[in-house]
Amino acid sequence: MPQTLKACTPPPNPMAPSMTRLTRFIRESADVFTFDLAPERATPFAPGQFNMLYAFGVGEIPISISGAADAPDRLTHTIRAVGPVSAALGRLKAGDQVGLRGPFGVGWPVEEAKGFDVLLIGGGIGLAPLRPAIYWLLRHRAAYGRVGVLYGARTPDDLIFVSELEEWRRTPDFQLRVAVERAGPDWTGDVGYVTPLLSKLRYDPGDAIAMICGPEVMIRATALALEDAGIADSRIFVSMERNMKCAIGHCGHCQFGPLFICKDGPVHRYDRVRDLLAYREL
Amino acid sequence: MAKADEAAAIITIEGLQDLLRAIRAGGYRPIGPTVQNQAIVYDDIESVDDLPRGWTDEQDGGRYRLARRDDDALFGYSVGPQSWKKFLHAPKLRLWTAERDGENASVTPEPPPSDRLAFIGVRACEIRAIEIQDRVLVGDLYVDPHYKALRERALIVAVNCGQAGGTCFCVSMQAGPRVQQGFDIALTELLDGTEHIFLVEAGSEEGRALLAEIPHRPASSREVEAGEAVIEHTASSMGREMRSDDLNELLMSNLEHPRWDEVATRCLSCTNCTLVCPTCFCTSVEDTSDLSGERAERWRRWDSCFTMDFSYIHGGSVRASAKSRYRQWMTHKLATWIDQFGSSGCVGCGRCITWCPVGIDITEEVRAIRGCDTSAGDWP
Repeated sequence: MPQTLKACTPPPNPMAPSMTRLTRFIRESADVFTFDLAPERATPFAPGQFNMLYAFGVGEIPISISGAADAPDRLTHTIRAVGPVSAALGRLKAGDQVGLRGPFGVGWPVEEAKGFDVLLIGGGIGLAPLRPAIYWLLRHRAAYGRVGVLYGARTPDDLIFVSELEEWRRTPDFQLRVAVERAGPDWTGDVGYVTPLLSKLRYDPGDAIAMICGPEVMIRATALALEDAGIADSRIFVSMERNMKCAIGHCGHCQFGPLFICKDGPVHRYDRVRDLLAYREL
Repeated sequence: MAKADEAAAIITIEGLQDLLRAIRAGGYRPIGPTVQNQAIVYDDIESVDDLPRGWTDEQDGGRYRLARRDDDALFGYSVGPQSWKKFLHAPKLRLWTAERDGENASVTPEPPPSDRLAFIGVRACEIRAIEIQDRVLVGDLYVDPHYKALRERALIVAVNCGQAGGTCFCVSMQAGPRVQQGFDIALTELLDGTEHIFLVEAGSEEGRALLAEIPHRPASSREVEAGEAVIEHTASSMGREMRSDDLNELLMSNLEHPRWDEVATRCLSCTNCTLVCPTCFCTSVEDTSDLSGERAERWRRWDSCFTMDFSYIHGGSVRASAKSRYRQWMTHKLATWIDQFGSSGCVGCGRCITWCPVGIDITEEVRAIRGCDTSAGDWP
């Protein structure tokens, strides 16, 4: 089953953030940054879950946790500055405060995937929600079959987690392929979308579980390619994004057909959303 | 609150006045129907004199008018533009205040309200609507503390409808017109030209205690029958009807039906239907700060799936077309609500039909889709 960690007793004021201290700020690319937050209380989470982050006086946005799930006293988030709140979060520095609510939602099926080959496919900032699952697989490496990561970005300058990508490339029993959509002559890697790179990975389609996060068009294309490769639709998991104001199933914004992305997702089993994904503007 | 389970009683208009007095003496703030701005709206009431005596309403698609009755009925109208969600799930609510002092900020949640509200004149469809909002706002893992505080303390004095409005279809949604549960006291207004009395049932211990405080007498079997006749007459004169047993399957298998394009040519995306709907619960939040930047607040306000902002994510709105927004509203109300909360989100009150400025009729839209079910192959 997909993984979820929910507070045993939900807070009495679930819309009120608690203030956390920003302890480390890393610039990943021109518009992407990563920061660590030190919550007042240890905050256990499952890979794939998300938090609501509040920039003082500006607003609040849902952001997936991008750090390791075995360090509940440190919450890492990787954010692309695209709107007023994400831009305000990007102007913070170590010592500043960030409001926190969470964790929320259903994460990646890392327990269910034990014994399987595991494919993780990320597009753009979509690598961030996958990183806790990658950490998990590396930490419990013997429990899984072959592991492969595909990561696609627009240009080499847009790549995130660059030093870690190098580390993963050198990790034994760990396959990593990175593709960019366009690149200059100094790029020696793959160019194009991630889907053609599926054929470069070693895995047993009858015995594999796949996890996808990225733009919705990339999710659809990748899931189709995985099905074509012989992976059952019930073994493909996708993490989705929708407008979200509360994360607790009350505001109504994140509905996707019968599903609430905040509480039924953000990670969904593909066979449960495939038909819905086929409709435009649902 | 339980089902009415004992013999009905009779009170007079003076008895109703005594009931309001007893409710107020019990620490409640009575809220009931009043005539304001040429409509029946819910507001604080002091006495039966505040009720819309002798008024009724005429409703149709995009049309609402008050009219004079030829009797002195206090509850002789159907339902107005407002529902009780105005009180339980406030249109605008401060959720918390935050203060920053140097490097440290603290957040202070808005305390839950301590008001004890007494709703006077609640219709069967409205009780059903409150029960539906209960499942959304207090029935899952996370609880809305403001809604919960008001809801737990609220007293409900219900009224069995004496007439059906022009856009009513509660019978189709099995939500009325008979008040069956979820009330403290239920009234049926009886006027026969010479007498003006109310048949009263208590639905809770608190209701029984209130009834015991006011002058009343047992109802005769003739009076009980007269009350039944009122409800039966209302049930048989619904202004609208809609087959509702198969709507989840019907709508979700017709998501590309041409009717969605057609209704989009009429729909103004004005959000009226969502605001008047007694079950629509969607909200947005607004974060503000003062000029010093040291004090901030978060407010919650009603939102509507008909706005572009509602589904906005980086790159644009998920539902950019009016077609997709109308489809979201109607399929949620009638279909996916069942998956999410175990019941339809519609109670057949007809407000969305009456208050639509162009008179879009949800029952008509369902009929149009049913009449040409694309999933059944009727449509090329």
